[in-house]
Amino acid sequence: MAIDLTVNGTPQRVEADPDTPLLYVLRDDLGLNGAKFGCGLGQCGACTVMVDGRAVLSCVTPVLLMQGRAVTTVEGLGTAEAPGPMQRAFIEEQAAQCGYCIPGMMMRAQALLQERPDADDAAIRRALEFNLCRCGTHMRILRAIRRAADTMRHAETAAPNGRAG
Amino acid sequence: MGRRKTRRNSIGRGLIGGAAVILALGAGAVAWAWESAIPPQPRPAAESFPAELVAEGARLAAVGNCIACHTVPGGRSFAGGLALPTPFGTIHSTNITPDEDTGIGRWSEAAFTRAMRRGVDRDGRHLYPAFPYDHYTRVSDADNRALYAYLMTRTPVRAEAPANHLPFPLNIRMAVAGWKLLYFREGAFTPDPAKPEVWNRGAYLAEGLGHCGACHSPRNALGAVDKDRAWAGGEAEGWTAYPIDQDSPAPVPWTADSLTFYLRHGWHPAHGVSRGPMAEVTGNLVGLPDADVAAIGAYVADRMGPPSAERLRRGEDLRALVSRRTADAGAPPGAGPTAADSQARPPAADSGRTGGDERGEAIYRTACATCHESGRPLPFGGLPFALSTAVNAANPQNIVNVTLFGLPPGDGTVSAVMPAFGGALTDADMVALLRYLRGRFSDQPPWDGLERLVADTRSGAHHVAVRPADGIERAPQNVGAAD
Repeated sequence: MAIDLTVNGTPQRVEADPDTPLLYVLRDDLGLNGAKFGCGLGQCGACTVMVDGRAVLSCVTPVLLMQGRAVTTVEGLGTAEAPGPMQRAFIEEQAAQCGYCIPGMMMRAQALLQERPDADDAAIRRALEFNLCRCGTHMRILRAIRRAADTMRHAETAAPNGRAG
Repeated sequence: MGRRKTRRNSIGRGLIGGAAVILALGAGAVAWAWESAIPPQPRPAAESFPAELVAEGARLAAVGNCIACHTVPGGRSFAGGLALPTPFGTIHSTNITPDEDTGIGRWSEAAFTRAMRRGVDRDGRHLYPAFPYDHYTRVSDADNRALYAYLMTRTPVRAEAPANHLPFPLNIRMAVAGWKLLYFREGAFTPDPAKPEVWNRGAYLAEGLGHCGACHSPRNALGAVDKDRAWAGGEAEGWTAYPIDQDSPAPVPWTADSLTFYLRHGWHPAHGVSRGPMAEVTGNLVGLPDADVAAIGAYVADRMGPPSAERLRRGEDLRALVSRRTADAGAPPGAGPTAADSQARPPAADSGRTGGDERGEAIYRTACATCHESGRPLPFGGLPFALSTAVNAANPQNIVNVTLFGLPPGDGTVSAVMPAFGGALTDADMVALLRYLRGRFSDQPPWDGLERLVADTRSGAHHVAVRPADGIERAPQNVGAAD
């Protein structure tokens, strides 16, 4: 079936079986490889993207549900040349080791901060509970998210990519 | 003139007389409601309590689920301060650690037992019935002694509970005496000599410390359990507590054995996993001896009564159908299909019903069936909805809670888990899915008011406490609701 959706601000029409996971559509049909396949069961968070501003596990989300919805992937937060506040913060804190979980971490954190710009440490930890990292850079990830929150709060006008999806 | 004066005087006399009667009644009421303070005593040394008594108290405290209300998420155990929203205002649980100034460190055993038996604190103040003394009144002196020993040997924590937010006159403690007059009957449990010992043990635990009826019963306008309809189903922290009497909506009728298994493990292959506040209950029962869990199971099964032959037969048919489908799915244990790797299985023709909602059916097939029809055994696979109590219950609140917010996993332990679909499903999709589940997997009439229920649950207007599967020390944690 044909599904019309917006991905990172661009309208897209994809042809796919209705039960195709959103993750496959993003990676295979649209060439957006930011979101990762981790467990395929919605339990590790590596596939997290934003749909209409909320964190969603794209590996257990059938594309059927995406008709008319706005999807944001890590590619929508900025570019290598002009990284957005969340991406800059992760670079500055060197929060990635192998990096496999990081796009999911960034998208979960982005969704949280867009809804609650003043999210405290407890709220950040609670939101990130569903995203697993096996390298163990948790403390850096937390620092990066605090830094991003700071940047987004104080320089929202100067950072056009601060808001997405 | 004179007549008028006389009349005025008689009115005046009447007023004075009336006031005197009211005063007398009031004084009588105060005298009746008055509870004296029990003198403080120095905190008993922890070593003064025998270890076996403390251990017994630990088991009993788990049955009472004391920690659930008396601990703030992430805070120190039993230090109180948890906000308990009630229809009348917010009450904060108290500190029941043995801190001398802010806890119960200076309470004697007599003061503790009086609180359990009559809902009065050491100072003689009436306690709000959010503390379920209408159930705890049945606890024996011996068990209160063990509970006292357990609590007095916990780590003292200095923590003052925040002030309650209750409107007048509920903020006057004496008002609670009136409530007690209407709804509270003091009295220890009396065994029924006609019943076997195991039944009496189960009744003692379930009706007393276990306080099952506090959640599983309807409450009246003043928050009192409707005693005539005890166990006919209620509400707890945004979750539906199903009827656990003869009207249990479980498709496969409960038995003493299945109840015991469920309470022991927190799940059952024909009924699903415990979640919401019940996850904490089953989590707490871990420390209880098998015999006590079995006693509760036996008593609850007896309260439910034997199912009709028709219900029994339908339950057997369902179980056979589900086990056949599981065998067909042929999934070896531990090798469940991954959602992203497997194509959704078309629903097996079980009931001849279609559900009648095309959008809902499409959502079910693509988003739900991959786990709920995978054949992967519980508690890690999804329950086939034909077995679901929720789908057959009077309202779909628990399905909405689980679908929007998921079942968070327990910490550092293998546990049941379900991803949250709140971000992926719009309200309209959620409603379509509910219509389909009800139509296809239940012969009950359609649910009403789905749009409102879904919207309010998502927005937090209907507050839901979302707990992890092991949720013992973490208490309610709202990981999903927008508020």
